[in-house]
Amino acid sequence: MPNFTNSRASTSLGAGGDLESQKTMAASHASSAGLSAHGHADHNPNLQHHFYSMDQQLEASTLGMWVFLVTEIMFFGGMFMVYILYRHLYPEAWVLGSNHLNVSLGALNTGVLICSSLTMVLAVRAAQTSSRSGQILHLILTMALGSVFLVVKYFEYAQKFEHHLVPGPHFDMSLPQANQQQLFFSIYFMMTGIHALHMIVGLGLMMTILVMAWRGKFSATYYTPVEVSGLYWHFVDIVWIFLFPLLYLLGAHLGAHGG
Amino acid sequence: MSEHVITPVRTYVATFVALLILTAVTYLVATQDFGWLNTPIALAVAFTKATLVVVYFMGLRYNTNLTKTVAIGGFFWLTILFGITMSDYLTRAWIGVPGR
Repeated sequence: MPNFTNSRASTSLGAGGDLESQKTMAASHASSAGLSAHGHADHNPNLQHHFYSMDQQLEASTLGMWVFLVTEIMFFGGMFMVYILYRHLYPEAWVLGSNHLNVSLGALNTGVLICSSLTMVLAVRAAQTSSRSGQILHLILTMALGSVFLVVKYFEYAQKFEHHLVPGPHFDMSLPQANQQQLFFSIYFMMTGIHALHMIVGLGLMMTILVMAWRGKFSATYYTPVEVSGLYWHFVDIVWIFLFPLLYLLGAHLGAHGG
Repeated sequence: MSEHVITPVRTYVATFVALLILTAVTYLVATQDFGWLNTPIALAVAFTKATLVVVYFMGLRYNTNLTKTVAIGGFFWLTILFGITMSDYLTRAWIGVPGR
């Protein structure tokens, strides 16, 4: 019975197939002889059918990723807006709160993220040069550095819990401007927490890309997923580039002057 | 799209070194008291670092004008968000409101 319906379908297709579709077929056969890149036989298996070429596919994916990153810019932008407004309203509390943060750990994490951005870009380059081992090495390094960032962040957070600097019933209310400092720490935890969440998502992405790279999926002709994941990773790095001076360094000059 | 231009490793390493130096600059500047200038300097350094990442690491310079417009547009909208919100908060005290 399935055979019957099947053959009927194909007959009706055959009958419906007008001259035009036969022409297209002929054209595609001609192209596989080398005239243009339209024959299905010539397609890179990674080329989606709605794109003309691998170049167009990469271009569209890159644009799509940038559109997503713009939504991310606005998402983090909302939090930066809150930061700007409350810093404007309570400048002293911001300096006091900032002085509680561990500048060395923050600086270490900035360095770690910059290193991971370098290894990420080298992973993309390894894909562009069809080096499977290069991709695997640099993706693993990127993931390792991303994990180091999160571990450092864990110790920083643990310190804040010990020092009663986490907003809530256990916040140290004996601090000067305690309520305003609590607001600073709410914003600190919100911004760094969501940034850390993005790092975790990034690690998941890297894991996926690593498995694909391991299977030898990427080469000079097809590396779109590596490229696009790289864009995400660098974006998360950029967020931290702004978070570090804005959260950690507000009172550094006072500390140096013994204030 | 000239995506097939493969950036030499030394360009990436130079960008990386520049980013590390700028991080040190951010820290050193923060330990000095420049008065109200501390934050503008810190932001200028951060913007320089972000630009290096966008242009070299994210390779925006090799992308199409459409992608460049979208990327720059994102930061432009951010200035609208900050600008218009703060233009409200910063000017509230300018005009005395009767009864307040």
